[in-house]
Amino acid sequence: MNASTVRWTLAVLAHLALLLAWYLFVKLGNVPRFVMPSPSATLDALLQPNYDWWANMAVTATEIFAGYALALVAGVALALLFTWSKALEAFFMPLLVSLNMIPKVALGPLIIVWFKYGVFPNTLMAFSICVFPILLTTARGLREIEPELLDLVNSLKGSRWQLFTKIQLPGSLPYIFSGMKVAAILAVAGAIVGEFLGSDKGLGYLMLQVQVTLDTPAMFMAVLLITLIGMALYGLVLGLETLLVPKDARVD
Amino acid sequence: MPVEPFIRMRGVSKTYRSGKKEHLAISDATFDVMPGELVSLVGPSGCGKSTLLKILAGLHPNDGGELKIGSATHAFDPARDVGMVFQAPLLLKWRRILQNVLLPAEILGLPQKESRERAKDLLALVGLAGYEDKYPYELSGGMQQRAAIARSLVHDPKLVLMDEPFGALDALTREKMNLELLRIWKEAGKTIVFVTHGISEAVFLGTRVVVLTAGPARMADNFEIALPRPRTLDMKTHERFGDYTRRIYRLLGME
Ligand SMILES: Nc1ncnc2c1ncn2[C@@H]1O[C@H](COP(=O)(O)OP(=O)(O)OP(=O)(O)O)[C@@H](O)[C@H]1O
Ligand SMILES: [Mg+2]
Repeated sequence: MNASTVRWTLAVLAHLALLLAWYLFVKLGNVPRFVMPSPSATLDALLQPNYDWWANMAVTATEIFAGYALALVAGVALALLFTWSKALEAFFMPLLVSLNMIPKVALGPLIIVWFKYGVFPNTLMAFSICVFPILLTTARGLREIEPELLDLVNSLKGSRWQLFTKIQLPGSLPYIFSGMKVAAILAVAGAIVGEFLGSDKGLGYLMLQVQVTLDTPAMFMAVLLITLIGMALYGLVLGLETLLVPKDARVD
Repeated sequence: MPVEPFIRMRGVSKTYRSGKKEHLAISDATFDVMPGELVSLVGPSGCGKSTLLKILAGLHPNDGGELKIGSATHAFDPARDVGMVFQAPLLLKWRRILQNVLLPAEILGLPQKESRERAKDLLALVGLAGYEDKYPYELSGGMQQRAAIARSLVHDPKLVLMDEPFGALDALTREKMNLELLRIWKEAGKTIVFVTHGISEAVFLGTRVVVLTAGPARMADNFEIALPRPRTLDMKTHERFGDYTRRIYRLLGME
């Protein structure tokens, strides 16, 4: 077996061990179902048709992916804008750093006052929490590009768009991805907090509903599905990174 | 009819401004470059050599004086006719060598097929035939710099500006690259302005040497190097070669 097979095997084993420990803990400890359900009881929760699992999951996934995508576009665009104008950067960057200090979760009640509840405010929560790490790492990546490379393009009277697509974007891609990985985890938290605070759809909303009836297996299932959405997003980002960034250029 | 100079620089000055601070980088640069010449520019660190090249490349405007590039017989298009080589190869890590060489042609929107042919020819000219599909990290520093030279020629510019292109190479590779550059210059027939810290490199390569003194750059001297061509490494031991280098050392106050 080569090193990578060993690592994969160990990773799978660790997950299976956790499942087993969970199962044994519940079974041998006679833990009541409303405190901690067994793995099989958790799976059974999926059979409850009135929970609308797939519709709720789709709503949460939409909020996460939409907020994330918006943050990616806005973060990269703002960082690029700052390379065009030093004055703009000097004016806005300190402000953005201060805004970044606001705990985004604390904005939740305000966002609900402004936008009512629903998919949009939750998307906005995910967006607000993701945009800073992406903006900051992209700005850093753009700064790292050798100024002579920009001179080279400018001496040929290349356009800003050419500069962006041929030099700046591919050059800062390793940094953009390091920000995207951080943001992928935050996006999930943002959307769920939004759903907790006020919403009528989504897995976070569902969790609050079943909490009232002490349907702990359903709460477990909801957490599991939320985690799966996060993993899908993170996996997508990792896959794209492998595809687009040469191994020796990656930053963490 | 006497040949007109390709570059005519008269009393060019340049001040960098950042906020209230002003920094005079060049106070008075005056020299001519004839078409097809390889002019070496020497001077102490920080005296404004890179600044001068940036002005020639059209990246900075000059504040004072006159600068004219191109003549009736040798037209000059500021967008298309400048090639640049820097101290670092600055190849794009994510592009293969051929794609790196093609960058200027892409930016100028030159026809793809012809550009590819030309890029391949140039890679052969700089001794990198067969490396088209390698990535930069697979090449040594000297080879990367050769690729950078090929890139500076791909759009067939009339003027090539080189800013200490061999400054980061070891002494042996550097001498080899000097000979290579003379061969490429002869075959490509470009006008080259070559900035260097190496006094013997400046004399060995140049048809003419322009000496600048410590910043703000002022002209200290400008003289022709009347050594026979093709230049060979053993010329460095000739008496006349020594006379030229001594003259520069004296100007820079190092004797
Ligand atoms: N963009 C800039 N803004 C302000 N000052 C600058 C800028 N670029 C260069 N300078 C200053 O102008 C002077 C000349 O710089 P330049 O880079 O042209 O020198 P140089 O002769 O190329 O030096 P070296 O041999 O070390 O490369 C230096 O004092 C430098 O600090
Ligand atoms: Mg310099």
